[in-house]
Amino acid sequence: MDLEMPQAPVDYSTIPPLTEQTRLEAREIIARYPKARSALLPMLHLVQSVQGYVSPDGIRLCSEELGLTKAEVGAVATFYTMYRRRPAGTYHVGVCTNTLCAVLGGDAIFSSLKDHLGIGHNETTADGTVSLEHLECNAACDFAPVVMVNWEFYDNQTPSSARDLVDAARAGNPPAPTRGPSRLCTFKQAERVLAGFPDGLANEGPAAGPASLAGLELARERGETAPPFPDGTVPGAVVQQQKDEA
Amino acid sequence: MTLTPVLSAFWDDPQSFTLEGYSRHGGYQALTKALAMSPDDVIALVKESGLRGRGGAGFPTGMKWGFIPQGDGKPHYLVVNADESEPGTCKDMPLLMANPHALIEGVAIASYAIRATHAFIYIRGEVTHIVRRLQQAVIDAYAAGHLGADVDGSGYALEVVVHAGAGAYICGEETALLDSLEGYRGQPRLRPPFPATHGLYGLPTVINNVESIASVPAIVLGGPEWFGSMGTEKSKGFTLYSLSGHVKRPGQYEAPLGITLRELLDLAGGMREGHELKFWTPGGSSTPILTAEHLDVPLDYESVSAAGSMLGTKALQCFDETTCIVRAVLRWTEFYAHESCGKCTPCREGTFWMVQILQRLEAGNGTEEDIATLLDTCDNIFGRSFCALGDGATSPIVSGIQYFRDEFVAHMTGGGCPFDPVAATVFAGAPA
Ligand SMILES: Cc1cc2nc3c(=O)[nH]c(=O)nc-3n(C[C@H](O)[C@H](O)[C@H](O)COP(=O)(O)O)c2cc1C
Ligand code: SF4
Ligand code: FES
Repeated sequence: MDLEMPQAPVDYSTIPPLTEQTRLEAREIIARYPKARSALLPMLHLVQSVQGYVSPDGIRLCSEELGLTKAEVGAVATFYTMYRRRPAGTYHVGVCTNTLCAVLGGDAIFSSLKDHLGIGHNETTADGTVSLEHLECNAACDFAPVVMVNWEFYDNQTPSSARDLVDAARAGNPPAPTRGPSRLCTFKQAERVLAGFPDGLANEGPAAGPASLAGLELARERGETAPPFPDGTVPGAVVQQQKDEA
Repeated sequence: MTLTPVLSAFWDDPQSFTLEGYSRHGGYQALTKALAMSPDDVIALVKESGLRGRGGAGFPTGMKWGFIPQGDGKPHYLVVNADESEPGTCKDMPLLMANPHALIEGVAIASYAIRATHAFIYIRGEVTHIVRRLQQAVIDAYAAGHLGADVDGSGYALEVVVHAGAGAYICGEETALLDSLEGYRGQPRLRPPFPATHGLYGLPTVINNVESIASVPAIVLGGPEWFGSMGTEKSKGFTLYSLSGHVKRPGQYEAPLGITLRELLDLAGGMREGHELKFWTPGGSSTPILTAEHLDVPLDYESVSAAGSMLGTKALQCFDETTCIVRAVLRWTEFYAHESCGKCTPCREGTFWMVQILQRLEAGNGTEEDIATLLDTCDNIFGRSFCALGDGATSPIVSGIQYFRDEFVAHMTGGGCPFDPVAATVFAGAPA
């Protein structure tokens, strides 16, 4: 269990308010679904994209738009670990400490970052730049140990690379994710993507990281493919571009 | 056995994830072919192929589609399970990063087959860039006419929504996923009724894993015989095996079902230099661990079951002799305790207490009785929990004690952990 340590109080006066635009965007989300309530999770991401956490105002907005009680919204928000009760840092750093990453170095990375930043699990630096969290498996075990910043992949980390990463982030100059866009976005910007508002960065970054290509590269070296389809083409081979005029 | 890249066949094309890149490699031809068939014929083809669900349980995909009542006049839904949170499992995310259109094309074909008007892709939230890739793929597929009011000019209409979750392993369980997608806490539902008749919004719903659906276009193009030329009698086709841990070249290896870990390790260059395999999971942490004596077990559904585990998600986490089994089991148990949704007592209470006992054991303060209590608690969770998370939580403990009881005992007699955690890290020997 994670005991939250007493922390420097948050200056809530610096939190931007939810606006009419937030409300309109919430309605845009609702319109995507056959039933309005399905919009609740993306709406909570939207709230975090403005305020960095799920605020009482955010809960009220969701309850008003969906016709739910605040308790109903709160019960959902508290169930999911990505919804924060306090503002995240500009750069929200997650260290995978599930078994595989932990053993391969995630535990060492997490404890090194705690010492280095002087904060613990679920805490934010006093300047508000970095918050820290340990994560469960982030579906990148072949790149272990894995660190996520604003849910972007920083693969194959060490304690020193992770310290450099957070130092650069605090200086406002974070390196690009290993598999992600050419520039790291902020926590709030990432939350906006998760709320379902694309930011146009999808085409940046590699198609695949090195580990993702391990088997394919070996198959190429060995001249191995899947059996050809009945028409003779090999799966995935470049085909004659079909006439595709609509 | 040879590698058989299909889903991963062109991930080394830097534009593999774009519509243009996917089309260049033959993308969306299967959709054209499927739309020229009757929906029932598409279901029959997938049934005949023998494709089994790649999300863990291996249920026949075509049969699942066949359960959807037809001509009932109700809306039907397809829900893609892209929650990928089972520890060790790391295939769907690279697939979606490099080849999201394979999923979108599969979604269009599957939805057409089950007469769904709406499809939802429920993706774990903690992967910003993969959400972007998926969103873009959907936008581009709409623009190209592969989705929307008139799919490829066939008159069939389909809406697709990408929906990001918010961090909860249990939302990978299909009925919890449905509750989550409806805007509730993600807690499993009682079955029956099954999602095929009472799924999303109480309507007929098919839920399939990303890899299952992404495999469909190739099956439509290749046909059942082609698909069955890979794999075994009962576990047909190609699949993504994910190697991780203390191996020389971790990563994704797409091969026919039935390949062995020995063969895969040979391909991956073996365990890291100077070390040997100690234990491994065949399909994530919910599948009982195996050891070096199981290196030649064919990795198909039947053979892995016969060896006392489960194929699961083919997440092959390999640990060498520097890894402490007690530490590994404790960490996985902490995971289950953290992720237990709290709905049923055996899992909620059991996982909590097992963490306490394992912590005591790891610290060297345990007793033989603690080991017995652990096994007894597992007995009370397994088969008595509301969903399969509870069963999964018992896997590491029971199998860990089965194969490495001595090591649990050594923690008691030696007054703590005999392992040096630094030796197990990838940067052992280098300055940290
Ligand atoms: C606790 C738990 C977590 C699960 N997580 C996932 C998951 O992340 N992805 C997935 O596809 N299936 C997951 N499953 C399995 C699903 O319940 C379901 O069987 C699967 O999505 C069906 O798809 P398939 O037939 O294509 O395999 C999970 C099951 C349990 C019990
Ligand atoms: S087994 Fe665990 S996760 Fe499943 S319903 Fe019970 S408490 Fe929830
Ligand atoms: S264990 Fe860290 S990403 Fe899977």
